[in-house]
Amino acid sequence: MHNKSLTELSAALASGDLSSVELTHYFLDRIDQYDGDINSFVTVTSEQALAMAKQADEQIAAGQAGKLTGIPIGQKDIFCTEGVRTACGSKMLDNFIAPYNATVIDKLGAAGMPMLGKLNMDEFAMGSSNETSFYGAVKNPWDLDRIPGGSSGGSAAAVAARLTPVATATDTGGSIRQPASMCGLTGIKPTYGRVSRWGMIAFASSLDQAGVLARSAEDCALVLGEMAGFDEKDSTSVDRDVPDYTADLAEPLKGLKVGLPKEYFGEGLDSAVEKNIQDAIEEYKKLGAEMVEISLPNTHLAIPAYYVIAPAECSSNLSRFDGVRYGYRCEDPKDLTDMYERSRGEAFGSEVKNRIMIGAYTLSAGYYDAYYLKAQKIRRLISDDFKAAFEKVDVIMGPTSPVTAFKLGEKKDDPVSMYLSDIYTIALNLAGLPGMSIPAGQVEGLPVGLQIIGNYFEESKLLNVAHQFQQATDWHTQSPADYQ
Amino acid sequence: MSLTADEVKKIAFLARLSIQEENIQTYADNLSGILDLVAQMDAVDTDSVTPMAHPQDVSQRLRADVVTETNQREKFQQNSPAIEDGLFLVPKVIE
Amino acid sequence: MAWETVIGLEIHAQLSTQSKLFSGAPIAYGAEPNTQACAVDLALPGVLPVLNEEAVRMAVKFGLALDAIVPSRSVFARKNYFYPDLPQGYQISQFDLPVVDKGYLDITLENGETKRVGVTRAHLEQDAGKSLHEDYQGQTGIDLNRAGTPLIEIVSEPEMSNAKEAVAYMKKIHALVQYLEICDGNMAEGSFRCDANVSVRPVGQEEFGTRAEIKNLNSFRFVERAINFEVERQIDLIEAGGSVVQETRLYDPDKHETRSMRSKEEANDYRYFPCPDLLPVDISDEFLEEVRKTLPELPDAKKQRFMDELGLSEKDASELSASRAIAEYFEEVAKGSGEAKLSANWVMGELSAQLNREDKGIEDSPVSAEMLTVLIQRISDNTISGKIAKDIFVDMWTGEGDVDSIIDKKGLKQITDTGAIESMIQEVIDNNPNQVEQFRAGKEKLIGFFVGQVMKASKGKANPAQVNEILMKLLKG
Repeated sequence: MHNKSLTELSAALASGDLSSVELTHYFLDRIDQYDGDINSFVTVTSEQALAMAKQADEQIAAGQAGKLTGIPIGQKDIFCTEGVRTACGSKMLDNFIAPYNATVIDKLGAAGMPMLGKLNMDEFAMGSSNETSFYGAVKNPWDLDRIPGGSSGGSAAAVAARLTPVATATDTGGSIRQPASMCGLTGIKPTYGRVSRWGMIAFASSLDQAGVLARSAEDCALVLGEMAGFDEKDSTSVDRDVPDYTADLAEPLKGLKVGLPKEYFGEGLDSAVEKNIQDAIEEYKKLGAEMVEISLPNTHLAIPAYYVIAPAECSSNLSRFDGVRYGYRCEDPKDLTDMYERSRGEAFGSEVKNRIMIGAYTLSAGYYDAYYLKAQKIRRLISDDFKAAFEKVDVIMGPTSPVTAFKLGEKKDDPVSMYLSDIYTIALNLAGLPGMSIPAGQVEGLPVGLQIIGNYFEESKLLNVAHQFQQATDWHTQSPADYQ
Repeated sequence: MSLTADEVKKIAFLARLSIQEENIQTYADNLSGILDLVAQMDAVDTDSVTPMAHPQDVSQRLRADVVTETNQREKFQQNSPAIEDGLFLVPKVIE
Repeated sequence: MAWETVIGLEIHAQLSTQSKLFSGAPIAYGAEPNTQACAVDLALPGVLPVLNEEAVRMAVKFGLALDAIVPSRSVFARKNYFYPDLPQGYQISQFDLPVVDKGYLDITLENGETKRVGVTRAHLEQDAGKSLHEDYQGQTGIDLNRAGTPLIEIVSEPEMSNAKEAVAYMKKIHALVQYLEICDGNMAEGSFRCDANVSVRPVGQEEFGTRAEIKNLNSFRFVERAINFEVERQIDLIEAGGSVVQETRLYDPDKHETRSMRSKEEANDYRYFPCPDLLPVDISDEFLEEVRKTLPELPDAKKQRFMDELGLSEKDASELSASRAIAEYFEEVAKGSGEAKLSANWVMGELSAQLNREDKGIEDSPVSAEMLTVLIQRISDNTISGKIAKDIFVDMWTGEGDVDSIIDKKGLKQITDTGAIESMIQEVIDNNPNQVEQFRAGKEKLIGFFVGQVMKASKGKANPAQVNEILMKLLKG
């Protein structure tokens, strides 16, 4: 049951062989059974899930069901859920019951998907290992001593362990694609502006984008279709029709031009990972794709520019957490400044503090031009690199991450080495482009992800390219031994 | 680039973050490391480059001037640490 | 040493929109605390701003009225600082690219001369909430109803050289925003307020002295007093060998002094950067033209027209055009009655005296323009005398009815029947033979005595011109 695709589950629900209540119970039971070790859910909303499932069953019976009606989903705890604690991985919001729903939550609710619960994540989505969460690290179901990737580590681990059929996630610098890679999943980060950010707790507003972690491109296509769309509550949301993302999945890849950036295959890339990526590229050639070597010459500047822009935005975005209107307030503040400093100092973890301070520093008087303005210019150069590349190719491919899942604690105390693991994913966020990661092999039993990058709003193309690979290979159907 | 303990304290104050004295050096090291990483940008000549603030080159949509929100004070203040007479309470503000 | 003062003003005008700058919450004044603060205004996690079109329109309208540059693109920036009445931890404002760029305003000085004051810029921004310092067990209460209300901040060049000029400038901006109907101008409610940047320098010195910023001045009188106090303080300080510190100061109207605001000093590194939740605002030529069409006649144009069309003096035209509401009231009366000068005298005289006495705005006047029009018509058609008109005005003010019903009820109609006046005069002549004899002997100034007697006999109702004419005829026999 837990290995069935969303299309198979949908068919089973439609035929009456299975009810949504049964299906929801089934996954709630799996969470109960397995999540103690994995720690992927921070809140399980059984009652609410079953109530929604019951409603879904009624809709199915009444013939009013959509494709996803009745299929349960896990929600990253970055999305505000009315009446349910929304903590964003932080002590700061440990007591915060969201009084409203994120647009993504409303849309998936309207699609009839019962919410199983809220998924663990790095604190305020700042991290690449899911070790910065106030609720403890998430373990990788492929090896419980390893990290699942981050910041959507809970989403990835839960889908990988088959504790939910699918999960929402968000990606500011690779937080969907890197965990997808490390947990053997298919993940999509759409074009910036494609999915509404209303109700999604902001980390870096010009980079944040919501997407899906699932087990196949087809599943991603189905769920993204429900999440995407214009939202008048988000000024950066793009007013553009949402296509049927499943429509082009079956298109053959003959003649597809694939760009291979030479900068993505250089120093720092683990050779065993590279071998898997090369094998995947061979597979694509067999499918009729044509490989073109390209250059993205400013790739090495993506991390430096990102670690100015993202912290600057985050330092400002997180100023609202001040202990005045909601969230954590320290005991017995002696004055106003003490209340601010201790509430924030006691409730934010050290990585969040690193980033807030870097942001405050680089924006401060006298440094703005050298850091923030410079980074915005570099951002333009990086974006222009992609523009030039997409004049020549349809999609770009390379590794998602230079390494497979590393050990818990391995990079925890060295932020810079942690940041470098996002070297291939970050540039897309700076440019606002859509990207996917799909399973493309294993190294010593740990999954390897292939990243596919598309041009603006070409999610359909990406999903098609990913789906064709998944028709020819079975990496995406493999699951961690203990959770099969 | 290496930040001193005093600089870290100044930044922490600007960001209103209390930091334990014994952790200041760790933060100084972390922040200095990040600034070193970032310093790679310096090698690039960007004089003729237009800064990019948003991924898309589109302009702001304007909202019609209509009241759409109703009073939800009670609901919003359920999350509040200190309330009296509908006001959020904070330690005395001295002007 | 001779000193010279340099003053620049930053005026904050709340825009009269229905909803807030970035949210759909209402902006009405005086609601229960925090009942008009929605999720966006409270800066709940995950909320996002969307810009109010009307606020942009109003800011552009202001720019056009100042003959300022309205750039085709403007950008919102975040001004970061911590304060409990600032829920986001930053104010969304504009920095590099404001919605209104350079413009100017001509003010009239006390000596009648005109001075041009440069307006550096005007930008859109969010207002903050309010901190209530009444004692809540030693704590401060925060009301966020005002948070997110649209403001335009109008920044002048440092080109005013005394408190009176500053007040003249502020009054002119105050009139202008009301003319444009973009701000209600209510200073008591804080809809229109001002920060003054004040510095002094020795006469002849080119570079500016160190300035102090006096915050939140919400009346013209306070602006004048605060600046005068501050100028004196700075001169005394320098002459005593000290130096002025660049700082924010607060005017205390009770003690009539300015004092340093320590709380604001610590947070002066605002870390401005473009707000990533908002995109650049593009103002098209069509939008600009559309707004231009809605511009009303502005005070200076109106003043000129009052002089040209209605024959008013410059002084009267200037006074009557200073406020749009007064100008419109006056114009209705002047056109309705056909008596521009008389209407001007009444509006600037009786009417404004009564309004001042009761601290009322013209929109709350119990005597409407229509009522005053009829009153002036009754003077000009000789139904009543000017003196009786004043009594009727007071009666109307206290709600005793309209002009004609008061005239009827109190029998105040002027006596213009020649026969009736003649018989009254004859009676006065008969009763005062001595005075008649003296008059006829050449003591002509006794005419005043006779007029007085006749008016007394008629209870003030006899038409004075007729009385004079008939008296002369009968006395001279």
